[in-house]
Amino acid sequence: MVRLESRGDVSRAWSLLSPVVAIVLTLISGVVIFSAMGKDPGLALYTYFVQPLTTAFGVTELLVKATPLVLIGIGLSIGFRANVWNIGAEGQFTIGAIVGGGIAIAFHDSDNFLLLPVVMIGGILGGMAWGAVPAFLKTRFNANEILTSLMLTYVAVLLLSYLVHGPWRDPDGYNFPESRLFPAAAMMPVLWEDSRLHLGAALAVLAVVGGWVILSRAVIGFQLRVVGQAPAAAKHAGFSQNKLIWFSLLLGGGLAGLAGVAEVAGTIGQLLPSISPGYGFTAIIVAFLGRLHPVGVLLAGLIMALSYIGGEVAQIEIGLPAAVTGLFQGILLFFLLGCDVLTHYRIRFGAPGRARGS
Amino acid sequence: MTQQSDEMAEKQDGGEVPDAAPLLALDRITKAFPGIVANDSISFQIKPGEIHALLGENGAGKSTLVKIIYGVLGADSGTLSWNGAPTAIPGPAAARDLGIGMVFQHFSLFEAMTVLENIGLAMNDQRDMTALKQRVIEVSTSYGLPLDPDRHVHSLSVGERQRIEIVRCLLQNPKLLILDEPTSVLTPQEAEKLFETLRQLSDEGCAILYISHKLDEVKALCEAATILRGGKVVATCDPRQETAQGMAELMIGQKLTPTRRDGGEVSRTDRIMVSRLSIASEDQFGIDLREISFKVRRGEILGVAGVAGNGQTELMSALSGEIQNRRQPDSIRFDGLSVGSLNPAERRALGANFVPEERNGHAAVKDMSLSDNAFLTAATRMKLMANGMMRHGEIRSFADKVISAFDVRTTGAEAAAGSLSGGNLQKYIVGREILQEPGILIISQPTWGVDAGAAATIRQALMDLARRGCAVLVISQDLDEIFEICDRIVVISEGMVSEPRDIEAITVEEVGLLMGGLHDLADTVGSEGRANG
Repeated sequence: MVRLESRGDVSRAWSLLSPVVAIVLTLISGVVIFSAMGKDPGLALYTYFVQPLTTAFGVTELLVKATPLVLIGIGLSIGFRANVWNIGAEGQFTIGAIVGGGIAIAFHDSDNFLLLPVVMIGGILGGMAWGAVPAFLKTRFNANEILTSLMLTYVAVLLLSYLVHGPWRDPDGYNFPESRLFPAAAMMPVLWEDSRLHLGAALAVLAVVGGWVILSRAVIGFQLRVVGQAPAAAKHAGFSQNKLIWFSLLLGGGLAGLAGVAEVAGTIGQLLPSISPGYGFTAIIVAFLGRLHPVGVLLAGLIMALSYIGGEVAQIEIGLPAAVTGLFQGILLFFLLGCDVLTHYRIRFGAPGRARGS
Repeated sequence: MTQQSDEMAEKQDGGEVPDAAPLLALDRITKAFPGIVANDSISFQIKPGEIHALLGENGAGKSTLVKIIYGVLGADSGTLSWNGAPTAIPGPAAARDLGIGMVFQHFSLFEAMTVLENIGLAMNDQRDMTALKQRVIEVSTSYGLPLDPDRHVHSLSVGERQRIEIVRCLLQNPKLLILDEPTSVLTPQEAEKLFETLRQLSDEGCAILYISHKLDEVKALCEAATILRGGKVVATCDPRQETAQGMAELMIGQKLTPTRRDGGEVSRTDRIMVSRLSIASEDQFGIDLREISFKVRRGEILGVAGVAGNGQTELMSALSGEIQNRRQPDSIRFDGLSVGSLNPAERRALGANFVPEERNGHAAVKDMSLSDNAFLTAATRMKLMANGMMRHGEIRSFADKVISAFDVRTTGAEAAAGSLSGGNLQKYIVGREILQEPGILIISQPTWGVDAGAAATIRQALMDLARRGCAVLVISQDLDEIFEICDRIVVISEGMVSEPRDIEAITVEEVGLLMGGLHDLADTVGSEGRANG
């Protein structure tokens, strides 16, 4: 008989070990799945997880993909610390891209060097505005932010689709549902020649540092941690719950908006009906895989980016279906949540427990 | 009360068979948890009909031991004999089958159900509710435990709820009844009633294992006592032959230094003024505060006595600002300023500090370091932050100051609050507030679940603080504590507060009557009169 027994205390070691175990279990599942599909599991895993890292191009692409994941993941992880469950980063990302992209399109014949900063600020404000809606509904009507932020994602995605199919469609674009190309002045500078690695990556690193300062040095970060761990203690200390909800959602929304504008003004260069392979949702996994710690988020962002790149390479090289990427991400989150149980419980083999609460 | 009960105990002693075979015998029971041996080779015996006290401080191993007897926990080694035969008790159901009943400190009752339904739930073999109702009435009348089977539990006082638990045990005809700190939720009068019931049970041959740390009670009620300290039996004695002081010293293993209560002028200045404070409770089964008024003067300690669940939690929240009263900001004034609409941080900035009852998760965050926990409430007044950033150096040194000033046993300021024992964490929390030199301190259950040494330190610190001019409000269920440290006392009952009285001018019995609530008293006396007659 196997049973779970409460540790009584949180195991710090397990909390750090859990993501590693989850990754190993995901790889083992990968072997099983690839074998079942009739592929050589060794080759498939190599193609998926190692081959992308063997070229300079592969590495820069990895960083390009990691940029939005880390930017969003930092914002989400800070909110999650306070039990503010912003699930709608995908929508905030999209609105950030729409607002920043809209400014770039409106000034498409400008070459003013101030255009890029304005585009970026527009993107951040757009994301914050989209995060403000669930914050308002939560603080005013106690509406669950999980539902409201998630539903707003679909509003944002459909809005983008409407814009590129309608009013913002490129007049010289042969009726393709795409906006015009952004002017050079609105594009983020490239950091590495002959690659797509842009300024956004540097901003993501800054966000990591900023996130660390907020969580371990700033008073607001302390308040967020207390609210998350002991809401009654936060109330006793006199921290304003509403202020922390607003802060979490505005910060998460702003960083997601920045990620969105960085994606269109750094990587894509125009607005398309689909600008994200689900970065906003994957960033949730990134936040948890990174233990809600900024440095962890950075590492987790790189790992999840690898799952995107690897998925693409595996499609091309050995004909794996595109769904494998989502499958891997889902399996990883599943194992991670499973392993996290072990931070609070230990597995015991033996007679069924007789312990009873008293 | 001691006088009379001593006599009764003597009488009952006469009926005892001197060499009766033990009903329950424990032989070298040992139980270890990770990092601690909770029970270390414990042996003692209980005779049929004996009222046996199990004495010890918090953490001495009493709860673990009774959980082993009741089958909730299994012992690592040692033998338990029932009627002379070694017996294994694999679970509470097996314990009940043997004839062991237990009344836990925390009741397991459904508030939204009636008394009868709650009792019925625990009876495996009882399907006929009418017959059960008849038996409940029979048992409750014959043992002086008045209960209305059709009342809903949420409308009952804590004392009445305890009677349900006891009746539930008695319906099983127990041979051994275990009670865990039963009087901690009772008024002195209710406690005296309970003792009568227990003596009656004992006369009928039911043994009682009585867990307590209240020595006067044990002297009045019990004929044998086993004293635990640090998981070991340190003494077995006849409490009627011992002094309370002597047993206390056996319990804590050191000499008790009585708290000093000297000098200190209580001035005429009112620092806390509460006038006609009414607040509806946020909790469905909570207590509404009704027209509460009192004042606490500079240099004075005012005690708020009362049975748990009569509005103490709500009063604490209203005073600390966790519940704000925007409609009547004037109902609470600190040093003349209306604070009713301020949050706790704003009230703290005015020089008021608060210690809520619950240590873990309310006064302190268990998984955070002591330093972080110092920052929690001392940030503003101790200037532990600047420009929105935490000043880690200053926070650390403030935490160190608290640790050394209050002799907190810990590995250091970076230790997690949850790693400290209850008494040490409470000393840290109280120290954190007192070192801020508050003008007003409001503290709930200052020594609840705290070892005697720490309790003495905390009480002394509160008295010293008052002498320095602070107005201290102590909300406590522990009457001994209130009589030891307070200058004046009010009693809270059903969300209302009695007129303040000087501590010298009121007796325990009077306080007990107020604790029972005057309107409540009428119908309790009536029904008990019938029950006893």
